[in-house]
Amino acid sequence: MATLQGMSAMEKTPTKMEPDEVSKPSNGRPQPKLLVSALNFFYGKRQALLDVTIQIPENRITGLIGPSGCGKSTFLRTLNRMYEIVPHARAEGRIELDGQNLMELDAMEVRRRVGMVFQKSNPFPKSIFDNVAFGLRVNRIVRRGELHEAVERSLRRAALWDEVKDSLHDSAYKLSGGQQQRLCIARALAVDPEVLLLDEPCSALDPIATAKIEELLFGLKKLCTVVLVTHNMQQAARVADVTGFFLLGRLIEFNTTEVIFKTPASRQTEDYITGRFG
Amino acid sequence: MSPRLVWRKSVSVMMLSLTGVCALAGVSVLLFILGYLLWYGGKYINWDFVTQLPKPVGETGGGMANAIVGSAKLLLLAALTGVPVGFFGGVYLSEFGGKTFAFLVRYTTDLLNGVPSIVMGIFAYTVVVLPMRHFSTLAGGLALGVMMIPIAVRSTEEFLRAIPTALREGALALGASKWKTIVKVVIPAAAGGIVTGIMLDLARVAGETAPLIFTSFNNRFWSSGWNQPIASLPVMIYTYALGPYDDWHRQAWAAGLILLLLVLAANIVARTVLARRSTAREM
Ligand SMILES: Nc1ncnc2c1ncn2[C@@H]1O[C@H](COP(=O)(O)OP(=O)(O)OP(=O)(O)O)[C@@H](O)[C@H]1O
Ligand SMILES: [Mg+2]
Repeated sequence: MATLQGMSAMEKTPTKMEPDEVSKPSNGRPQPKLLVSALNFFYGKRQALLDVTIQIPENRITGLIGPSGCGKSTFLRTLNRMYEIVPHARAEGRIELDGQNLMELDAMEVRRRVGMVFQKSNPFPKSIFDNVAFGLRVNRIVRRGELHEAVERSLRRAALWDEVKDSLHDSAYKLSGGQQQRLCIARALAVDPEVLLLDEPCSALDPIATAKIEELLFGLKKLCTVVLVTHNMQQAARVADVTGFFLLGRLIEFNTTEVIFKTPASRQTEDYITGRFG
Repeated sequence: MSPRLVWRKSVSVMMLSLTGVCALAGVSVLLFILGYLLWYGGKYINWDFVTQLPKPVGETGGGMANAIVGSAKLLLLAALTGVPVGFFGGVYLSEFGGKTFAFLVRYTTDLLNGVPSIVMGIFAYTVVVLPMRHFSTLAGGLALGVMMIPIAVRSTEEFLRAIPTALREGALALGASKWKTIVKVVIPAAAGGIVTGIMLDLARVAGETAPLIFTSFNNRFWSSGWNQPIASLPVMIYTYALGPYDDWHRQAWAAGLILLLLVLAANIVARTVLARRSTAREM
């Protein structure tokens, strides 16, 4: 079985899958980091995800696109079990992180291993330093003497260090919107997550700030697996290695970004990408 | 203009003036009281008044140093008992409250808030003063502490609830436990508001008289320790205002002014803290 399993894509374009680097195993090529099968999700009685099956490749950027309300954020929140804080929310199906059943792991451990950056940046009302150090402190990841070093490393990874190195102890609220979002990325990276989920991280940012974050995402691939939800088609085309298209709670198509944008198998994908709806 | 429009416009003007007049009335009551107190009390506040004990009955002069210290001691006790209960109760309601039990707690705190202060006094008298067989600072502080609980609970709850979910999610998504999220993110973010609420709550009970008459009573001398009756500003005002001497009346005015100034100061401090907090959040 191929690593990538877009639902309808599989039957219709099997040949296109073969030569893709993402579908080959090992030796420098990606393994599935997250394996989701037959995932159904409910908010109370209302079903938000229907039978989603997907394999997220390791050390790649997976883009998720789809019209508003199709379940992208919901899907993302199942991957780090953040949905559990929503009352009456329920997930059925199987999710594996490195072959381990995600639901049987400790939720706090899952969230440390699978980091998340939200659509609207949400720095804590603390200093820049304390924001980045937060995850390290609550998880007791580094010793006291190494804290500063770890904070600097994370800020560098998030391409924010040069802009804030002289004001580490100023309030995070003094930063611009784009800087705040990069701070949130730094904060998430500080705990060395294996997977980083980003939910429309650039939706409130200007093109320059967006470009900075996209550049940063490229660099992140080496460190972790990235899942990026975006409304911006060009962004998905630019940064994602593989792309999934959601519609009304279903994963309609999942394939390499090139295939999705150039020769989508599904009519619905094509309509969405060419802007005929959504 | 059609008659209908004329009618609507005049109603609008009438309502606008009515609200304006009422707002003005509200403000002028405060200004009137403040002016009156300043006028009558202001000239009798002097160094003696804040440093000396009351003179024996019949003699003029002397001060209310013991009542000022007494009020401070009573409020300290009230804060020590009322604030922890109120604060943790508020945290519980906001962060852990289920449905039925939280509803019950909220309902009873609201009821407690509505209990007249004199009933609180009788309650404290029955459960503390009678078993101990004497009036005490302790009993007075406890009575005020219980009176603080409802507002401390509800204001803590409200300020915690106002913290956006996004902040909680940010902490949880980093692998923080619910408890750490509350202690390290939610409570610090709401601290300014919570402190303000508690200050206002303290200011409110600072002027309570009825519960103290039944509990800490009064004392013309210094009260040592926590086990004796103690003087307090509200009770002194009450006693002196009803007394037969002009000098007592003057001192009652002065004490009233001091009490009001203390409450006002607490209010202003609390509000500036809150204002600074909220601008920081908007930035
Ligand atoms: N907390 C919730 N309670 C109930 N229903 C919810 C909740 N959150 C989302 N939903 C519903 O689930 C569906 C999927 O929502 P979701 O937020 O995942 O969409 P989305 O694809 O992220 O949309 P957008 O692009 O606008 O962010 C929507 O129909 C939404 O109304
Ligand atoms: Mg969303």
